[in-house]
Amino acid sequence: MSGIIRTQGAQVGFNDLKLPGMWSRKIGKDLYEIFIGPQHPGSGHMRIVIRVDGDVIVEADPDMGYVHRTMEKLSEVRTWIKGIPLFERMAIHDACNVTLPYVRAVEKLMDIEAPERAKYLRVLLCEINRIAAFLYGFGIFGVFLGHSTMYMWPFGDREVWVELAEWLTGARLTHSYPVFGGVRRDVPAGFTDALRKAIRYMRKRLEDYRKIFVDNPVIRARLEGVGVIPKNLAIELGITGPNLRASGVKYDVRLNHPYEVYDQLDFEIPVFQEGDAYARVWQRVEEIKQSLNILEQVADWLDKHPRTPILHDKFWKTAPPLYKKIFEETGRAKLGAVYAIMKVPAGKAYERAETARGEISYYVESNGGNKPYRIRIHSASARNALVYKYIVPGHRVMDLPAIYGSIDYFPPEADR
Amino acid sequence: MSPEELVERIKSLLGEFVKDVKIWKNDYIEVEVDKENIEEVAKRMKEFGFDHVKDLTVVDYMKEGFFRIIYNLGSYDNFELSYYIVGIAYNIPRDKPVTKTLYYTYTSADFQEREAYEAFGIIFEGHPDLRPVLLSPPVAELKPLRKDFVVKEDPEIITKKK
Amino acid sequence: MMIMDGNGNGEGKVYVGNINVSARKARKLLMSDLKLGKLVDWGTAFSLWPIHLTTSCCGCEFAAAWSPRYDNEQHGALPWIGPRQTNLIIIEGTVTKKMACAVRIVWEQMPQPKFAIAMGACALDGGIFYNSYNIVRPWQIVPVDVYIPGCPPRPESVAKSIIMLQKKIREKQVASKFIEEGWRPDKEYVIPKEDLCSWWRG
Repeated sequence: MSGIIRTQGAQVGFNDLKLPGMWSRKIGKDLYEIFIGPQHPGSGHMRIVIRVDGDVIVEADPDMGYVHRTMEKLSEVRTWIKGIPLFERMAIHDACNVTLPYVRAVEKLMDIEAPERAKYLRVLLCEINRIAAFLYGFGIFGVFLGHSTMYMWPFGDREVWVELAEWLTGARLTHSYPVFGGVRRDVPAGFTDALRKAIRYMRKRLEDYRKIFVDNPVIRARLEGVGVIPKNLAIELGITGPNLRASGVKYDVRLNHPYEVYDQLDFEIPVFQEGDAYARVWQRVEEIKQSLNILEQVADWLDKHPRTPILHDKFWKTAPPLYKKIFEETGRAKLGAVYAIMKVPAGKAYERAETARGEISYYVESNGGNKPYRIRIHSASARNALVYKYIVPGHRVMDLPAIYGSIDYFPPEADR
Repeated sequence: MSPEELVERIKSLLGEFVKDVKIWKNDYIEVEVDKENIEEVAKRMKEFGFDHVKDLTVVDYMKEGFFRIIYNLGSYDNFELSYYIVGIAYNIPRDKPVTKTLYYTYTSADFQEREAYEAFGIIFEGHPDLRPVLLSPPVAELKPLRKDFVVKEDPEIITKKK
Repeated sequence: MMIMDGNGNGEGKVYVGNINVSARKARKLLMSDLKLGKLVDWGTAFSLWPIHLTTSCCGCEFAAAWSPRYDNEQHGALPWIGPRQTNLIIIEGTVTKKMACAVRIVWEQMPQPKFAIAMGACALDGGIFYNSYNIVRPWQIVPVDVYIPGCPPRPESVAKSIIMLQKKIREKQVASKFIEEGWRPDKEYVIPKEDLCSWWRG
């Protein structure tokens, strides 16, 4: 009855379309297979096939790839500069962090380095993105746990950071800010004051989050002791980012393989030992605090230093006088035609960066042409996906959203 | 530790297994080995301190007729080693893409070997669960990341309209 | 319908009339004589419940569109979980071949009259991934009412698209015509040419 679909002139039954519904099926005595996702509040575009014995999960099989848009292949047929907006689509709310290692890998192959001011500007946007991405993760986590306030508050506060990024780059999410040899824009007048105001506001709000969410007894009851990743297992599975550090491993690319100006900035790497979902929440709160510290230092540096070119000489010296005039007046560095015909010397480079969700790594190989020969990306979420297979079994079904949300898994980033 | 020192230590660790070593841009070390020895090499590297696979890269050299499989190893526990990435690389012929799995040494290679399987059609012998992970099976049959699967970049899409 | 004569002769017997005839009469009464169609259109326009199906990265802006700053709830739309309680599907960006199956299944489950909004350049015609081998165009799987350009579109454009859809429903009387005629006369029903779920292992 409900399967009948009326079209103009013809009736087509549901069964004629041969569309299978979502079902659970019995695969043994007391053993059922349940499909969770890809249509699911918050889980977004990922399916986890779980097998349950009663209420206890005995096996979980993450079925990824619902957002696999074949970026690695497409990058092979596009010129180097087009890779930046392409890879940005992996995690558009974390755009600067995600594209930075690609830009740096190509810079490595070309043996150039961005000017110091551009490095500070990159760090500036990276940390703004990181905070926005953490807040996004909190919002999604709130949806998972049915905590609507925790969706509304971080998404409202995230707009502060998105607004700052928009002011700096011109786009809300897809900034395409770092380019080979530098960045696209300098800070506009009055930016650092607004930034400091945002930092003060955010510090106050973190305290509010603690009161309403992190120290909430209901949330604690759902998160404490759930999804524990022991330290040795975390290393063995190669999980990364805040999830790794919440398990007691002090590893952060900003510390272990410093890039840009992170070695000149003063910040700490927070580490928690418990490794459960609750520790991962605290980990993110602490990381936001550290990002705020970094942003303060960057704002001070930018205030002290006058405006100097933000593109490497290799690209900036060929710029027409008009471009240089525009840069001096507005701080916008227009990209010259040299980017479109750019060739990269043959070789291999490996570059990584710490995104909000963990380490992202790029393997870039060039054969000297105007297109990459091979780019291999392995993102943080793709590495964290192993958690579902190895950690989830043994938990109850109701723990799955808690684990999923605490891992801060972002499918487009994992699927590339 | 400088990259040269690390190369020396890896050479003394792996001994005759090492065919070639290259240092790329000061922080990426590529060690070429033979396909036959890969399991032993992986075990020794893990004992040495490279405790997880950061990334499994496969590069298709179509003209030369081989796939290059690179296990990029990283370290979490050892601060000095964590600065470097060591790529354990070996070649397999393009017409017979069969190799051994490192799943039992490095659990972190689990999904990545499945990815290499779906995108290049490389069969990792001994992998307990070798299915496509990202692609649906009909698309995986195309082996899309091989160089002979051509995706066209269509410049006319902009100029097609009059 | 139970019919009894005045003397109670029909007692104990139940007569069921022709349900189709009765329904047609009731429809005529409500839609043509009482002009209830306007009420239906008005009601449908302000109860657009998008399904919580995020197909791609435009979901970031989709989420922001219901956040406190943009607050699309004021237009009478709120994302909801179950497909069977929703009547609007917002396709956020790229639809991969794997996802197309899920999109279609969700679409089939939604009650009529239902609407679709395609969000983002990828949902228009592939966008930046136009030559990818793993994507399908959303108009191949669902009939799209409103397109939103942009990569990603801003939350304001999501709000605008919902207002446009409300306008369309009320001006073209989509919902009431659906009740009168049994299908949507303004939109061709899309049936996918190829089997989207052929890879399904079930």
